[in-house]
Amino acid sequence: MPLDDLEPSREHPRVPGPSLWPVGFAVGVVALLVGIVVNWGISVAGAAIALTFGFLWVRELARARGLAKAEEVEPERRDGRGPARRPAAPRTYGRSAFLELSTLGLGGVIGGLVSLPPLAFMVLPAFLKQKQGEHDIGPLTDFPENEFVVATFMTQPSQGEVSRRTAFVRNNGTMDDQQSFTIISNHCAHLGCPVQPTTIVPNKHIQYHDVTLIPLPSPPSGFSCPCHGGGYDSEGNRIVGPPVRALDRYAFSIRNGHLYIGAPFSVSHVVGTGATARIYKYTLSFPGEHVSGIESWLYPIQPPH
Amino acid sequence: MYPVDWLEERSGIVGAVRYFLYRKVPSDTNWFQTLGSATLTAFLVQAITGVVLAMYYKPDPKEAYPSIVNITNDVFAGWLVRGMHRWGASVFIILMFLHMGRVFLFGAYKYPRELNWIIGVLLLTLGLAEGFTGYLLPWDQTSYWATTVGININGSAPFLGPFLAQFLQGGTYINADTLSRFYAIHMLVIPAAIFALIGLHLYLVIRLGVTSPPWSKHPAGSGPVEPQPAPPRTGLTRPAPRGGTVRG
Repeated sequence: MPLDDLEPSREHPRVPGPSLWPVGFAVGVVALLVGIVVNWGISVAGAAIALTFGFLWVRELARARGLAKAEEVEPERRDGRGPARRPAAPRTYGRSAFLELSTLGLGGVIGGLVSLPPLAFMVLPAFLKQKQGEHDIGPLTDFPENEFVVATFMTQPSQGEVSRRTAFVRNNGTMDDQQSFTIISNHCAHLGCPVQPTTIVPNKHIQYHDVTLIPLPSPPSGFSCPCHGGGYDSEGNRIVGPPVRALDRYAFSIRNGHLYIGAPFSVSHVVGTGATARIYKYTLSFPGEHVSGIESWLYPIQPPH
Repeated sequence: MYPVDWLEERSGIVGAVRYFLYRKVPSDTNWFQTLGSATLTAFLVQAITGVVLAMYYKPDPKEAYPSIVNITNDVFAGWLVRGMHRWGASVFIILMFLHMGRVFLFGAYKYPRELNWIIGVLLLTLGLAEGFTGYLLPWDQTSYWATTVGININGSAPFLGPFLAQFLQGGTYINADTLSRFYAIHMLVIPAAIFALIGLHLYLVIRLGVTSPPWSKHPAGSGPVEPQPAPPRTGLTRPAPRGGTVRG
């Protein structure tokens, strides 16, 4: 690429001439963005292309600017005493500039070091020690087969009632000698409002330590959310409304004849019902986040739950 | 005796106040241009009632709601102060939007006032965040679920949304840390930021001057500038001696 192509023209002295480097840069940026959706390798190649062409573009711009600047020449005076042409002095930094830079720089470094532990204290604890243990919600006899029981339990009794969660528990009976339970969380997958079963919830409940169990006399046809009208079927699949996926579920285990609720996980949809249902399981996500389909690419990394 | 002279000699405050009170504003300044001062007043009311409420509010999950009941029912004029704070919050937000609309429709965001507009937008965002964090503090059902929904709205933003939501909540769900976090943000972080930005906002208004309404017949820079008349005598400070200032 000949350099005089880049010299500014007379009509537009400040605009650099045409160049192909920006086109290469644009191609690189497009490849970077397309690769996010299609394939990470294309992104990496695109980033490399964008960086290379971007560097070349900036270099040409810097060179062209330098060419456009004419040297200032003082005109010679009548008495012959022209301006003394001093040779260009080498670039030096005075003491004041050094002191200024080092004061600000050192102050910045010290400020950064001092503020780093408090920042970590502010940000990190929300992401550490988030693993939930298991909670005993009662003997298996409290969960009649094929009936829903609304169970509320505290995930951290030391914190009190704020840690109380609700789950809809259905005993599916045994299949292949294994007890099967469907345990659905009541957090709506739209924005987290508490979801209600579509049946009358009686007032009387069974108390088991901190856990409250309310057996539902008639099985609900599904669940519906009072906030924005989201509707789910009895397996938690979204039927209608703004929710973006099915209701979350809890893992469970059975020890010494007692049912233990474990960690929650997110579900995109469920095929089938009861003990033979196929649950499409994903890491626990916040309400409103898609876990499957193309929109799930918007949420590539989940914070530790 | 001239009572304010003691202060004036030691600080120069009278000069500063006179500069603020007698600065030039256009002759056709409109009543709509008082909305900014109204917003400032609403914020000051919120600040003062907030400080008073903080003397009786207990930011603990078990004590928060009972302390609010105590303020509302038992503390003298507690119902009044809590009501002022609760309704004042809505008044503050509404006045901010009206002020913002006035500035927009008057074109008072154009050069050289662009920085002032940006500061105003930051103030709006901080005001809304202040309302959001304050809503959780009564710790009743409305607070809990409204905050859950608000945080999950944040969480549905792409890429960093889940991290922001978990950071705000202090965990996977609202817990005791969430209350402490929101209390600290509502009491310390955002009020300090709002006070600082209001100071900057007012400084820029005084420095850059007030604009005429858009229907004005006297656009900026169109007429001669009259010499500033002497400020009226208030009796608070000694009159300046004629024939030059000479200290005895």
